[in-house]
Amino acid sequence: MGKTLFDKVWDAHIVQSIENGPDILYIDKHLIHEVTSPVAFVGLEKRGLKVLRPDKTLATADHNVPTINQDKPIKDKLSVEQVNKLTENCKNHGIELYGLNHKYHGIVHVIGPELGITQPGMTIVCGDSHTATHGAFGSVAFGIGTSEVEMVFASQCIMQTKPKKMRITVNGNLSKGVSPKDVILYIISKLTASGGTGYFIEYAGDVFKNMTMEGRMTVCNMSIECGARGGLIAPDETTFEYIKGRKFAPKGKELERKIQNWKTLFSDEDAEFDKEIEFNANDIKPMITYGTNPGMGMPITEKVPYPSDLSEEKSLKYMKVTEGKSLVGTKVDYVFLGSCTNGRIEDLREYCSHIKGKKKADNITAWIVPGSKMVEKQAIEEGLDKILKEAGIELRQPGCSACLAMNEDKVPPGKLSVSTSNRNFEGRQGPGSRTMLVGPATAAAITIAGKIINPLTN
Amino acid sequence: MPIEKFKLVKSSCVPLNTENVDTDQIIPARFLKATERKGFGDNLFRDWRYDNHNNEILSFPLNNPKYSGKILVAGSNFGCGSSREHAAWAIYDYGFRVVISSFFADIFRNNALNNGLLPVQISDNFLNKIFNIIKEDASSELIVDLEKQTVTIDKTKEQETFEINSYKKQCLLKGYDDIDYLLSIKDKIEEFENKNVV
Ligand code: SF4
Repeated sequence: MGKTLFDKVWDAHIVQSIENGPDILYIDKHLIHEVTSPVAFVGLEKRGLKVLRPDKTLATADHNVPTINQDKPIKDKLSVEQVNKLTENCKNHGIELYGLNHKYHGIVHVIGPELGITQPGMTIVCGDSHTATHGAFGSVAFGIGTSEVEMVFASQCIMQTKPKKMRITVNGNLSKGVSPKDVILYIISKLTASGGTGYFIEYAGDVFKNMTMEGRMTVCNMSIECGARGGLIAPDETTFEYIKGRKFAPKGKELERKIQNWKTLFSDEDAEFDKEIEFNANDIKPMITYGTNPGMGMPITEKVPYPSDLSEEKSLKYMKVTEGKSLVGTKVDYVFLGSCTNGRIEDLREYCSHIKGKKKADNITAWIVPGSKMVEKQAIEEGLDKILKEAGIELRQPGCSACLAMNEDKVPPGKLSVSTSNRNFEGRQGPGSRTMLVGPATAAAITIAGKIINPLTN
Repeated sequence: MPIEKFKLVKSSCVPLNTENVDTDQIIPARFLKATERKGFGDNLFRDWRYDNHNNEILSFPLNNPKYSGKILVAGSNFGCGSSREHAAWAIYDYGFRVVISSFFADIFRNNALNNGLLPVQISDNFLNKIFNIIKEDASSELIVDLEKQTVTIDKTKEQETFEINSYKKQCLLKGYDDIDYLLSIKDKIEEFENKNVV
């Protein structure tokens, strides 16, 4: 029997299989950040150990950092402590750190790909559930907990039970104005927030073949939101083209050799999946979430569904939305464009193309946060900051920002935020805040209108 | 860090009859700033336990003096969302040793097991039974036996078995941790590295 893409990558990294237990998997790249690493370093040092492979480890400070005045000292005391601890730990263990103000600084899942560090066929882990992003390159990438971070520090390996395999195929052509974010919000709304639990998802079919790498990253990024450990897409010419010429990408002969190898990374025709799901691209429309988990999404033109249980009822109440009613026309207070889901240059371009020559609505506070220093630089080179400025919006500096509101970028209690990030949990963007998830074009339309509207009729 | 050995827990429970409890609710992001593994219990379910003025929300089960014990009983898809291990630390630090649900998110399950907190997955049916029993009598006790992989309602002796990976079971019973194991196969890891120049 043939192998799936996932099997090929996973199996090639097994150091040992424990009978009736997990596999011990070798990790090619370990990404770390300031929030989930400090306790792992403490544990490691208590055992009197050093990081085994600092050369396969890369650090950035992204979760906790301010997105204005990054050249000035951080105000929040605890944030300072975490950022300083990371700096100190990286120094002690010889780990490369792209900290604040470094030219490669940014959200961990944005910088890996843009620097050419993320490559097909790799195993990549990070103490962060959106590590799934890197699967867009045909790598097996997944989020881990802090004990597991310590494991990888100590041994460059992780113990993990092999997940089941699911393939989601979307064939056909997407309608105009439907973005990769809409595709993944649609998929999650069909699978529910737990429908992918226990699985690793391979995305296949025309829609993903025709997608840019950045679009594929948006899709894979949100695999965790249906419970899947990760998602991946077979690498192809689009992937190779994207990698070529990036800072840490292989070059010349070495690149050619690697590409030959990468070309073998696809699911064999007779490979078997534990579950197969198919969707039709024509059915996908611009999406929005109305509840407090990413599975509670619908086409923006539809009416809020009737709750099916107490939890959903509670969720609608929290969101202050009414079943059976459309969301169109609802006044919005905040718009957030950014995060590892939609904080890349294509997202900023998309947003700005709809904002150009217009003004933001008076009632909207818009936070536009690039995913990395390199994205910020490119946005400025392309004059996107000017387009924003003319619309009455400021381009901020890179970080996770209002995606999880660990820094000052918090949406106040009760306020409604329309966000291009990946989670609409209660209080995710600040205690008491309400979040609706959308793609960049929808976010732009709402920035101008000041209320929820269908971006296609705009 | 070596984990505490786990054998059997007999205790009353705290019921949290909500589905899709995500780790942002278990421990909100703004409390993730510590650089050590302690004290997270104080902020467990912070925004469900306290209102904006830091007053206890009395309707929340953790604030209800009727409920106490080492077992948290929760609705389906518990621990979804962020990979933060702080969620498992907070539950453990608060005093729970077992979480019972009809479905767990993958990363949370691993994180719990790595910290000596036992995630016990049972059928929806049995879960509802437990919720009902607690509703009738808040002091009802459950017996969670890891060796036998069973959950028993003490009063009625109704019982269900649960699954756990045999390797993880041994780790918990012995208080043994994965890193000890990984360090013991260092040669194998090196051999793998030499064979596979990635
Ligand atoms: S942008 Fe949001 S989801 Fe992405 S790594 Fe940062 S906090 Fe996590």
